[in-house]
Amino acid sequence: MSKENKSVPLEYSTEENELKIFGFWVFLGAEILLFATLFSVYFALVDRTGSGPTGKEIFELPPVLVETFVLLTSSFLIGLGVHAMRIGRTKAMMVFYILTLLLGAVFLGVEINEFLTYIHDGATIQTNAFMSSLMTLLGTHGAHVTFGLLWGSGILMQIKKRGLNAKTANKAFIFSLYWHFLDVVWIFIFSFVYLKGVL
Amino acid sequence: MSMEELFAPMKEPMILGAGISIVVGAIAVFAGLTYFKKWGWLYKNWLTTVDHKKIGVMYIFVALVMLFRGGIDALLMRAQTAVPENGLLNAEHYNEIFTTHGLIMIIFMAMPFIIGLMNVVVPLQIGARDVAFPRLNALSFWLFAAGAGLLNISFVIGGSPNAGWSSYFPLAGIEFNPGVGNNYYAWALQISGLGTLMTGINFITTIMKMRAPGMKLMKMPMFTWSALITNIIITFAFPVLTVALALMTLDRQFGTKFFAMQDGGMDMLWANLFWVWGHPEVYIVILPAFGIFSEVISTFSRKNLFGYTSMVFSMVLISLLSFMVWVHHFYTMGHGVMVNGIFSTTTMLIAVPTGVKIFNWLLTMRHGKISFTTPMLYALAFIPIFTIGGVTGVMLAMASADYQYHNTMFLVAHFHYVLIPGTVFGVLAGYHFWWPKIFGFRLNEKLGKAAFWCIAVGFNVAFFPLFILGLDGYARRMYTYSADTGFGPLNMLSFAGALVMAVGFMLICYNIYYSFRHSPRDLNGDPWDARSLEWATHSPVPEYNFAIVPKINRLDEFWYAKKEGRDITAGKYERIHMPNNSGAPMWMAGVLFLFSFFFVFSVWSLVIVFAVATLGFMAYRSFEKDEGHHIEVAEIEATERRLRGEQ
Repeated sequence: MSKENKSVPLEYSTEENELKIFGFWVFLGAEILLFATLFSVYFALVDRTGSGPTGKEIFELPPVLVETFVLLTSSFLIGLGVHAMRIGRTKAMMVFYILTLLLGAVFLGVEINEFLTYIHDGATIQTNAFMSSLMTLLGTHGAHVTFGLLWGSGILMQIKKRGLNAKTANKAFIFSLYWHFLDVVWIFIFSFVYLKGVL
Repeated sequence: MSMEELFAPMKEPMILGAGISIVVGAIAVFAGLTYFKKWGWLYKNWLTTVDHKKIGVMYIFVALVMLFRGGIDALLMRAQTAVPENGLLNAEHYNEIFTTHGLIMIIFMAMPFIIGLMNVVVPLQIGARDVAFPRLNALSFWLFAAGAGLLNISFVIGGSPNAGWSSYFPLAGIEFNPGVGNNYYAWALQISGLGTLMTGINFITTIMKMRAPGMKLMKMPMFTWSALITNIIITFAFPVLTVALALMTLDRQFGTKFFAMQDGGMDMLWANLFWVWGHPEVYIVILPAFGIFSEVISTFSRKNLFGYTSMVFSMVLISLLSFMVWVHHFYTMGHGVMVNGIFSTTTMLIAVPTGVKIFNWLLTMRHGKISFTTPMLYALAFIPIFTIGGVTGVMLAMASADYQYHNTMFLVAHFHYVLIPGTVFGVLAGYHFWWPKIFGFRLNEKLGKAAFWCIAVGFNVAFFPLFILGLDGYARRMYTYSADTGFGPLNMLSFAGALVMAVGFMLICYNIYYSFRHSPRDLNGDPWDARSLEWATHSPVPEYNFAIVPKINRLDEFWYAKKEGRDITAGKYERIHMPNNSGAPMWMAGVLFLFSFFFVFSVWSLVIVFAVATLGFMAYRSFEKDEGHHIEVAEIEATERRLRGEQ
């Protein structure tokens, strides 16, 4: 193992940790491109509704506001979690992370319900190009949240078993970057898909 | 999926023959490994390795195999069109062959060859012990191999993709292209593309974070610079392909309407997404070749590279422009004068930084002491031939004139004139140049030069006639033509050139065997009297690359140290931390291969099983305790003594 550097937070303390955080930022760069492409596809197809419904006809703001509120709060909580980790409060950190994941699950529940409503109303992914691009964009974001729930739970299990050390702290920190990123993507979805859609 | 659907392509005798030869070949390899009891050796030393040098060698090995698969496709195409109204291939088979030729040569030959060379060379050039994420690197390789495997079984099991390597909609859609061929296209590219994206992230991190002490960015060797810029392009371009292919899969297998002809779908959206990735892809395969030529020309002219800074900036400029030209692939789709005008301008602008590089190479050679080695011959031939490709590229860039050239053999000749002297000559130059670093002996120069002349002459004979045929109106992707078009004689000439090229590639293979038997072993690790850091360590390179990581004060530090009689690798050994081998990347890629295979045939129960297994592998990696191991000082001393030839 490379030597630990005590002058930086635990998650940065080894050379390997530093590489992993840098590499993850580059990965997030690629993720931005992935979502940017999906947004471009959505913008290209948003008005191409054929005989199917338009955004104005199907969007309902209340559940979207719940989703936004829940996800933003979870992002705040995971920030508190990282802060707790930095001052060495393992218990508090785990509580914040668990709350984060719970809110993530609530978000996912609301989103699944939203999809079911669309399908119930006869607007499926096959209905028209607009619905295809909408559901793919939302679905990709939702799939990221789902994966995050699994990933985050795995990290929490490791921290519980092995305690906070350079490795687990590194994982928890990288997971927080991922979670914040999903939040940022959601802000774009909220503004440019839903708000723009109902206006 | 039914048995009949699976083996439908076998009805054709040529494909049946190919299928049988695949099975026979596989049995022969299997039997050979068992007979010589090499399974354990293969698994321990190669299949589970995380060593960047061995991964690089495996990349290049697969790339060479794919070169032959793609080459046979090419020969079949030239043979079919050599005479008018030939019946060697039918229209459907011809369609499949030009599709897989393009896919294999770009995705499964050029890319892995380049990534293989990067794997071998970049960590050595920057004085690192491995890449940033060795395990991820192994996964990248195995995902690429899984993708290559998937595409190659398509033509015997289920049917090849046949809508061209760019697979435009609506032709590639389910309506006009039922069957599984294009599902294979989407999944083979998808999984190998994921591997490539991981390579991009891995190498950016490696180059940014793991350079030897003192090696500032502007003191990096030019090949490492080209690798850095290439990997940045990879990281930003491949997500677009990921999305495009996912949408293709959704449209074909789940009935979405992205590229459909009704319900608001937009078929041109595919062409845009494809080329937003596809054009940067061209620079992904050309920039590293530029890096290789820079190393080769500077080494064999015995001079430092002329205009280092302008070389770097022109590559940065090319990489930026590469994202702004994609529309020039479909000027004729009718998006108006304004749009065509803008993309015409950006396309022509690329000629400027490329021209800067050409002049820099020429000025590097000026007053140099040039030695005409095999790698140098490829570099020398590259400059004039590539310039022909570049100039015809500027002709094609003019939107209004393009209406004449579009979809003709003129275009085909142009991009072969860019990709073959650029990428193929580049990787062949690098292959001959770095071979002694990897294996500890040089490839035979006589055979190497004979192969070079076959390839260089054969190439021009094969492709120059296509410029003329194209201007005469010979459209690309036509499986045959009538005698009164007059296209016959030039096509026959082109076929003859292709045969000469084939001889060249066979000589390259024979050279491996010949040199392995007869070449003298190289003991000082620097057979070419070269300049950059990879030549400062032994050949073949020990597992840990450098016993002492050298300190760098300037570009070409190793060269100046040699001249001044300094040893930059002297110092006191310390124990070295190395990553552990692992079989997980290979098995995980195997699971993803099966996942994709069953996805192609829409067998959902098995798709779910293998998706869960993939997640299982990720969880295993997360929970695994993997601390790596140390190489102790005594072992380093013993290895160093052995490699210096003092027992």
